[in-house]
Amino acid sequence: MTVLAGSGRVWQRNWLVYKRLWHRSLAFGFLQPILFLTAMGIGIGALLTPGDLSAFGGVPYIDWLGPGLLAAMAMQTSTFESTYPIMNKIMWGRNYEAMLSTPLGVRSIVFGELAWSAFRIGTLAAVFLVVLALFGIVRTPLAVLAIPVATLVGVAFSSCLIAFTATQKNDVGFSAIFRFVINPLFLLSGTFFPLTNLPEQAQWVAWATPLFHGVQLIRGSILDQLDPLTAPFHLAYLLVMFGIGAYLADRNLTKRMAG
Amino acid sequence: MQNSMTTSESLVHARGLTKRYANGFTAVDGVDFDVRPGKAFGFLGPNGAGKTSTMRMIACSSPVSDGTLSVIGMDPRTQAREIKARLGVVPQIDNLDTELTVRENLEMYARYFDIPRSVADQRTKELLEFVQLDERAKDQVEPLSGGMKRRLTIARALINDPDLVILDEPTTGLDPQARHLLWERLYQLKRRGATLIITTHYMDEAEQLCDHLVVMDKAKIVAEGSPRQLIDQHSTKEVLELRFADQTRDNLNGQLDGLADRIEELPDRLLLYTANGERTLEQVNERQIPIESALVRRSSLEDVFLRLTGRSLVE
Repeated sequence: MTVLAGSGRVWQRNWLVYKRLWHRSLAFGFLQPILFLTAMGIGIGALLTPGDLSAFGGVPYIDWLGPGLLAAMAMQTSTFESTYPIMNKIMWGRNYEAMLSTPLGVRSIVFGELAWSAFRIGTLAAVFLVVLALFGIVRTPLAVLAIPVATLVGVAFSSCLIAFTATQKNDVGFSAIFRFVINPLFLLSGTFFPLTNLPEQAQWVAWATPLFHGVQLIRGSILDQLDPLTAPFHLAYLLVMFGIGAYLADRNLTKRMAG
Repeated sequence: MQNSMTTSESLVHARGLTKRYANGFTAVDGVDFDVRPGKAFGFLGPNGAGKTSTMRMIACSSPVSDGTLSVIGMDPRTQAREIKARLGVVPQIDNLDTELTVRENLEMYARYFDIPRSVADQRTKELLEFVQLDERAKDQVEPLSGGMKRRLTIARALINDPDLVILDEPTTGLDPQARHLLWERLYQLKRRGATLIITTHYMDEAEQLCDHLVVMDKAKIVAEGSPRQLIDQHSTKEVLELRFADQTRDNLNGQLDGLADRIEELPDRLLLYTANGERTLEQVNERQIPIESALVRRSSLEDVFLRLTGRSLVE
């Protein structure tokens, strides 16, 4: 069996579990952006004067915020999917041990899980985009590009987090990751406010972090403001991150499961 | 006999097989053995003897550190995937998929082996009947009893119609009734011609199921043979167990000398190894040695293990 076919089996296993709950997951996928856009976009946005809006490129705050939230959702979902559930399959439920007693190899597991992550985030991103369209935020048909970009953000984070999870002996490290990596990225990647409000050094730091690039690309495609000069760089950053993450995930999980 | 056997006649062939972990611990230290087709082969020994490490190497889930190992005529170092396609593995700790139902566990596992859907459906049905779980097919796994989960794990291990089934402590932690039901199923499996490798630290399990045994202790094989052969070689026909009030035992001063081939001292009793336990008991009584109680029984594998290692199997 090829790695590709094997990955398909691993994906299929996750689908078998998920298909009993898909309606709940999708309902939540609708609810989450509606709540955020209402509270922060409409609620806080109403407090901003027209003069403040120049910082958001001349669009209403809710329009500026929505695409950023979509990128952040991709990061958060993949983080959740690639920590506890992967740990469970490594050591608590021992699913990988069972899979590795069959012709499936570690590489099939890694790519199967990444394909699953891509599917989950892709569908949630599509739902999110529908909500953005209902709020009148979408400016161009090119906005559909936000779906593959959000998926790329998701698998870039998933691959790195699977690589991390494969090295962990318990779940203590996860709370450190959530607190010191995911939360700062969530708040400081140009999701809620423009980075131009920060000191120049902080802006450079943002350029070095992954979610910022996802936010730029997704906001650009939805608001029809893609910058052809920086877009390839943002894209390359995420692709390289995914590549490195996938390599490390394969290596670390192989080492972990060999025992 | 063992050495004249060629690789092609044995399903598993190991010479000088060694497992060393990264921390320097040697779990298996140069063991030789051959598993012949259609037989139930047992690894008997206490916890930490190296049984599970040996099993994991056979199952291609742990790399061989040194020595030669061939499984179904293939090399685990280069043909792990091909070997795994023909093995059934029942691990020591259940690893059923608790997010799936009983039937889905088998169906999904069949997909991992790339078994065509129609064949998989047929086998799933037969195997659920075989392990008497057909009425639980649609249930979740978690509420099943320990014995049911083990039976499901065995059914899952048979989904690819394996040439060799590896069972690591199949009945550890089960109640007596569940153990007997499991033994009965494994016995049926053997009758169908399956080759089994079983690890256990239970004497009765080894005697019930295994045609051929190796006794492991501290990473090495210390004895090998059929259960009967091992008892004949390493123990006497019968054992007389004597219990004493505390002071009497300390003041025996050699009064038991010459009554038995060998005397083993356990914390709570003395074991006298002898050809005829009743006769030895008469002699003890003739010498007017004040015993509290006496029991005559046949020698068991426990006695073999005690003889070979000076320790009990289950401590």
